[in-house]
Amino acid sequence: MYIYDDFDEGFVRERVRQFRGQIEQRISGALTEDEFKPLRLMNGLYLQLHAYMLRVAIPYGTLDSQKMRQLAYIADKWDKGYGHFTTRQNIQYNWPKLTDVGDILDALADVDMHAIQTSGNCVRNVTSDHFAGAAADEIEDPRPTAELIRQWSTDHPEFQFLPRKFKIAITGSPNDRAVTRAHDIGIRMVRNDAGEAGYEIIVGGGLGRTPMEGKVLREFLPKADLLPYLEAVLQTYNLAGRRDNKYKARIKILIHEGGLDDFRARTEQAFETIRKDFAGPSDELAANIARYFEPPEFNNVRSHGFEKALEANPAFRSFFETNVTEHRNPAYAIVTVSLKAHGATPGDATSDQMRTVADIAERYGHDEIRVSHEQNLILPHVRKADLPAVYALLVDAGLATANAGLLSDIIACPGMDYCALATARSIPVAQEIAQRFDELKLEHEIGPLKIKISGCINACGHHHVGHIGILGLDRAGVENYQITLGGDASEAFALGERVGPSFPADRIVPAIDTIVTTYLEIRESEEETFLETYRRTGSAPFKQALYPEENRHAA
Amino acid sequence: MAKQFTPKIVTANDLFEGDVIYLTGEGGWSRDHRDALPLNSQDEADELLGVAQKQAARAVGPYLADVALDEHGKPHPAHFREAFRSRGPSNYFHGKQAV
Ligand code: SF4
Repeated sequence: MYIYDDFDEGFVRERVRQFRGQIEQRISGALTEDEFKPLRLMNGLYLQLHAYMLRVAIPYGTLDSQKMRQLAYIADKWDKGYGHFTTRQNIQYNWPKLTDVGDILDALADVDMHAIQTSGNCVRNVTSDHFAGAAADEIEDPRPTAELIRQWSTDHPEFQFLPRKFKIAITGSPNDRAVTRAHDIGIRMVRNDAGEAGYEIIVGGGLGRTPMEGKVLREFLPKADLLPYLEAVLQTYNLAGRRDNKYKARIKILIHEGGLDDFRARTEQAFETIRKDFAGPSDELAANIARYFEPPEFNNVRSHGFEKALEANPAFRSFFETNVTEHRNPAYAIVTVSLKAHGATPGDATSDQMRTVADIAERYGHDEIRVSHEQNLILPHVRKADLPAVYALLVDAGLATANAGLLSDIIACPGMDYCALATARSIPVAQEIAQRFDELKLEHEIGPLKIKISGCINACGHHHVGHIGILGLDRAGVENYQITLGGDASEAFALGERVGPSFPADRIVPAIDTIVTTYLEIRESEEETFLETYRRTGSAPFKQALYPEENRHAA
Repeated sequence: MAKQFTPKIVTANDLFEGDVIYLTGEGGWSRDHRDALPLNSQDEADELLGVAQKQAARAVGPYLADVALDEHGKPHPAHFREAFRSRGPSNYFHGKQAV
């Protein structure tokens, strides 16, 4: 884990001190709300439906036990005893009081954390593969690169007022768990023909109002060129991106309107100039950063005790099959801690649960924890021999739901239960779907299925890339839900297709039921996943099942 | 025929707690929507919104919300968003419903 140096620490403390002053000025009336709002947003403080919300950055989703315990402490001391992990690998507190925010930010700074650049038209928290540094399929750990980008982009004088917010995601594996094709810039580590590691740069992806798949801007970028190249991309966007219309200000629109070739030509030109006297972080810094991400000292002694436990305990076996992923080290495994107990709020963890995960990470997990964009927690380095003990602790904390990657492992944004921008609620829909299929005890039979729910077109819940996507809308003063099918967030990226007219709130869960039942009826075998079936048949059988009336009239 | 005016109330968020507040008949603020002053014409609504906008020391982002009046003349949110604001989230017993 990267550890702040004196400069980072000083910078963060100074920002907290400034913001405390700004809060005082707002209260005294020296600052109007119009003046204060951009300042509070720069410090991650939003005003939502029922309260303020503080968004805390978790760079590339990486935490250790000390940080996690501090997040739990903050939840207890200044919030309502829980936190919400988001699709941006951040954590949000839903109930802070304005006058407590300075103390909260200082408590974060105590563990090298902050809420800077979690809002505003700047480069946001860099997200990454939650299995980084552990995945068996990885070319290289992407986190040193993510940290380098974080340092370069934090407080970057030229890029604090971009036309719009800017999101970068990076993966080190060919299996894309970081949704790189749906970011302003997606970075994939690749090897060239000579076997050297470098980057593929994808640009102009995004979800939201105008969903677009990112396009390859550069097939192979040598590692040393990364920052000057990113600077060239940002500079080109900063100069040419539209500022007249908020909805057309993202880089995806610029590239869509002006064409990829034109954008590439401008970027390459800027790159030539920038590269000559690039003054950003040096190779030395990169090497220094890499030291913080050295793999832990793995204990390679293999034990077969856990295999006996697999045989003896079917619940543990089920957990192992769904929530445990292969590690690069055969004596180890990656554990997904589901924050999706059936009926619970996706992504929420109580302070006790946070402490349990911190304790397990410290004792059994080389002190590493990750937050996944799918709103779960990850223990990336657990010895297989310790899996039964870890499982038992998770069971006690209500954290052992064996559903990673299954139907009830739903992404849901806060929606209209919290978010001021929402057009409908997301959380109750997720809760009801999970409960419904838990009662049916069908989800293991259904197999891999990703449902993603957003409470408005901003698409924080990634609905466009859900195998089943659900978008909450306000139709003439009634909550309504639109369904998309066939989306895919992985390297086989696809945007879902709208299946037909939307459903009122009381008919959305039955509609999902219909879709799943249809899939079970038409799949060619138990091995054919939902997505494979959809790709084979297209949307027709699902449409027919969802809208029998219309299909009859049409016939 | 002139379109019938939908009664309105002035609502905002509290500067300190961030929670939902409503402008009352006394020119103060209440956390309970039933205390809000119903406004029965556009002129009245605009005037009271103007009053609220001058109270930046307490109220953030005041705006007009449509209401329906019950048999006692008490205002109730017309739109589901305002209904949620008057209650709190649906996933936990937090916010106003818990007070
Ligand atoms: S998708 Fe919309 S409702 Fe959901 S968190 Fe984002 S802005 Fe809010």
